[in-house]
Amino acid sequence: MYPCFNFSSAVFEMGNTKVIAAVYGPREVRCEYSMANFSTGDRMRKPKGDRRSTEISLVIRQTMEACILTHLMPRSQIDIFVQVLQADGGTRSACINAATLALADAGIPMRDLVTSCSAGYLNSTALLDLNYVEDSAGGPDVTVGILPKSDKVTLLQMDAKLPMDTFENVMQLAIEGCKAVATYIREVLLENTKQLEYRRGV
Amino acid sequence: MRGLQVSLNQTQKIRLQRSLEKLESLSSKTNRNASVTVADTIPVNYEDGVLKGHGTSELDGEVVATLCGVVERVNKLVYVRALRARYKPEIGDIIVGRVIEVAPKRWRLEINFSQDAVLMLSSMNLPDGIQRRRTALDELNMRSIFEENDVICAEVRGFQHDGSLHLQARSQKYGKLERGQLLTVPPYLVKRRKLHFHHIEQYGIDLILGCNGFIWVGEHVGAKDDMVVDQSSKSEQEDVKSTTYPTSLEEQERTYTPLETRQNICRTANAVRVLSTLGFKGEAEQRSLKKKKG
Repeated sequence: MYPCFNFSSAVFEMGNTKVIAAVYGPREVRCEYSMANFSTGDRMRKPKGDRRSTEISLVIRQTMEACILTHLMPRSQIDIFVQVLQADGGTRSACINAATLALADAGIPMRDLVTSCSAGYLNSTALLDLNYVEDSAGGPDVTVGILPKSDKVTLLQMDAKLPMDTFENVMQLAIEGCKAVATYIREVLLENTKQLEYRRGV
Repeated sequence: MRGLQVSLNQTQKIRLQRSLEKLESLSSKTNRNASVTVADTIPVNYEDGVLKGHGTSELDGEVVATLCGVVERVNKLVYVRALRARYKPEIGDIIVGRVIEVAPKRWRLEINFSQDAVLMLSSMNLPDGIQRRRTALDELNMRSIFEENDVICAEVRGFQHDGSLHLQARSQKYGKLERGQLLTVPPYLVKRRKLHFHHIEQYGIDLILGCNGFIWVGEHVGAKDDMVVDQSSKSEQEDVKSTTYPTSLEEQERTYTPLETRQNICRTANAVRVLSTLGFKGEAEQRSLKKKKG
């Protein structure tokens, strides 16, 4: 997390994937009416046009809306800007994790920290956090986002078919991955809070 | 705090390290490890009758934090004091803000809150200092008082029923701020005090610590009553010789800030910047100390 005054930002790295997120707000809604306006600037591996980034921003927005206590901030909007600096698979989950980190740092009230992780199934083994090579092998890719405290799933995306029992294994693996990420994010946040508090002085 | 970019020489580094260690030991003495992050359970010893304050919610009968911050307990009330959050106004706070819109009978101010604050024409003193009803003419002349992008100092008056925040500027010490710098620091670094207006005499500058984290460093303005007299007499003079040349010179003299004062403003502003980047709390005593060192 980096100190800045009118916004909060966070860099999140998962393997070779590196994502930076910035959160502005809550601030007054100026000329448009929207509860939360999320957007993703995405440097893509393949220039596929805008559709991919629109989809990812929708995913991030929906995932984040599930955990932000919006009723505490009437008449204001929160902007989240996510930029992928380095992509090596699992950008979606890295974006969500970075956004969570930045939101928590911005002091925005949330039900829980959303964490996300992807998992796949290749050569009859379940794999956690696929990198680019594993991802492009064409196997199923499941992206899961959970609220670790209440064990609720806020995001589940899969663009292939999987038998039920295999899916359960993969899902279980992804949830474990999410929880590991949550533990790590929690540590970082706690350490940051302590630093800020003691530097502020008595 | 990793993004810190202040170049220090060796002795300064050592001194900073020492003071940080001192601060850490001080805080570990007083703080009972009260820091929490989002979704941490806050331990409550007496289960019944706990009042849940800001930054907390209830989940399965447990009190859970919804913010990152420090747990504070006042009798039965438990709340989380957020650190890097936006400013949360309290009635009577002295704030510094920037005008973003001139609306009918009111100005809208950006004050680092989740909404814009409203300063009504009726809740401020007119420049002529006379208490009277505000007429339509006053409303038309609002831009002669504050324009867009002006920096203003005011006081929080309270929340209206619709949740909007109203300000007031009913004293001579409030009003437009000119000839200086506006700095923004995280609001948690500014402590609420009796005194937010500081006049640093040896440098001839004014320092206004707005509770919203906006800090004004500017040239010292003398008692404003004199200015009012000045202006009125000046306007009379202007009426007399409005087309003659000396008026503009006089005008220039009035808005002229000596180089030394400008340098002092910049030095003070930089000191504030360094302190806030390091995450130290802003207090006037600390400031003056730091300046002496530098």
